[in-house]
Amino acid sequence: MNKENAITVKDLTKTFGAFTAVNNISFEVGKGEVFGFLGANGAGKTTAMKMLIGILKPTSGIATVANFDVISHAEDVKKSIGYMSQRFSLYNDLTIKENITFFGGIYGLKKADIKVKTKELIEELGLHDEANKLVGALPLGWKQKVAFSVSLLHNPQIIFLDEPTGGVDPITRRQFWEMIYREAHRGKTIFVTTHYMDEAEYCDRVSIMVEGKIEALDTPKNLKTLYKVDTMNQVFLKLARNIE
Amino acid sequence: MNIIRYIIQKEFRQIFRNKAMLPIIFIMPMIQLIILSNAATFEVKNIKFGYIDNDKTSFSRELVEKFNASTYFNVLSDYPTAKKAKSAMLNGEVDVVLEIPQHFSRDLIKEKKSDLSVTINAIDGAAAGVENVYVNQIVQQFNSKIRVGLMLLGTPEVQPQLIETIPLFWYNETLNYKTFMVPGILVLLVTMITLFLSGMNVVREKEIGTLEQINVTPIKKHQFIIGKLFPFLILGLVLLTVGLIIAKLIFDIPMVGSILLMYGYTIIYILVILGIGLFISNYTDTQQQAMFIAWFFMVIFILMSGLFTPIESMPEWAQILTEFNPIKYFVQVMRMVMLKGAGISDIYPQVLKTLLYAVAMNGLAVMSYKKFS
Repeated sequence: MNKENAITVKDLTKTFGAFTAVNNISFEVGKGEVFGFLGANGAGKTTAMKMLIGILKPTSGIATVANFDVISHAEDVKKSIGYMSQRFSLYNDLTIKENITFFGGIYGLKKADIKVKTKELIEELGLHDEANKLVGALPLGWKQKVAFSVSLLHNPQIIFLDEPTGGVDPITRRQFWEMIYREAHRGKTIFVTTHYMDEAEYCDRVSIMVEGKIEALDTPKNLKTLYKVDTMNQVFLKLARNIE
Repeated sequence: MNIIRYIIQKEFRQIFRNKAMLPIIFIMPMIQLIILSNAATFEVKNIKFGYIDNDKTSFSRELVEKFNASTYFNVLSDYPTAKKAKSAMLNGEVDVVLEIPQHFSRDLIKEKKSDLSVTINAIDGAAAGVENVYVNQIVQQFNSKIRVGLMLLGTPEVQPQLIETIPLFWYNETLNYKTFMVPGILVLLVTMITLFLSGMNVVREKEIGTLEQINVTPIKKHQFIIGKLFPFLILGLVLLTVGLIIAKLIFDIPMVGSILLMYGYTIIYILVILGIGLFISNYTDTQQQAMFIAWFFMVIFILMSGLFTPIESMPEWAQILTEFNPIKYFVQVMRMVMLKGAGISDIYPQVLKTLLYAVAMNGLAVMSYKKFS
């Protein structure tokens, strides 16, 4: 196993009855990399991600995240990762501050640390006026930014983002990616799924999943050259069309 | 330990933030307690009584007058024929019909005996039984009075034999049904609220997606379950307290036993209910499913609790089933401690069984909560 890898996946498979959601995928994600995990709806991205974050048992294969096996050391994996799902996962009936306190608390942060982190986070997001407002009352884009920041509270090495910008306006998307880059520069590994092909261009490397298999994996530049097209969008369409 | 504290804090914040839920949790059960305790009574009163007097003598009129004087019977009407009485009973206008035969008084004086026919609407068998007892009591009273009267007329062979039983009603001397019902209904309310709230809690987080976020944290299963249980335990105890205050102030229910013992037992009991609730929550995907399953258990628990029908009169298999009914134990303990002043040694079997139940259900709740599926 390469010590420099944040994520190593080997022959990972997940079947639900007769249906194979994830079919024998293998890849590696280096430390500090922004890794785009693309695929059409139902291609198996979310299933694969759930296995990597230790909430879904693989049918077969091996995966290590932050040098911990996802099956035998799922709880250790969880200490090292941050996760933000496509389904907004803060509590709408708690304020921003209360959400930070709660998630900081269950990650085992000390009271004083939570206080410092809360201050930092609110400052960074410029949410002084909203800090005591219920999260449910915030616009979606702001919610997602808060959710992203909350997933970083315990200073994880690897951050999993499942369609973090779904339904968010272009300006906020842009800001969101700036936040992602900031974390990548701090040495964190980012594993992100998205449907926006312009976002795929921001990634160091991307994999494209089609019907449970990884059909392509390289830098956006190499992929465009390989498929002789100008945009990631065209790469994606070409791959998806081949299957049909 | 600290992690559990953060979960408890969050749960309380959510409970108190939900302005629609608070009245549901506290005010509704209190209204139910007040209404149900006044309404749910087994006393058979105001029995609709009719008679057919074929004799029309002072004797027969005296007998009818006895019924009229009784607080149990509402003497409604005098039917000219049995047929009329029959149709009145069919229409539900009358529940008990007494037919006094022709020559009733003549037979009594001459033959020293006469028969009376009583027809009782027995759709509600239990009530019919009670009504029969009341009718018999009145006829007996009438009988002994007649005997004395006949003796005075100089018929020495009729000896009044008066064997009377004088009942002593222990623990509820005035036979006040509220004394019997209030502790039981209080038990139901505490159970319902804690079961429904806990049953819908985890599944609600599943629905809104926050459970997935929690599952991605390194939180331990027991920390999660304890953090979820504790706020509802406190809520249940607050509910019990308010209920006991109402029981004392409004219904003047005697509280003979140790309040401390009552609370001690209630804590163990609520843990059972919360364990069941969380277990349901873990196995369902929507709040609707959880609600239906919670209702399924609730109805069985209530009807087999001995609160409304005595467990002793259930068939044997049903009696065995009631061993698994936590409400049964709670009703028993509340009645024993509140009304009889039972001590820990008296309720020892109930405490032990409830404790075992609590350990089993919460063990299952922790086991069935899967962070990793």
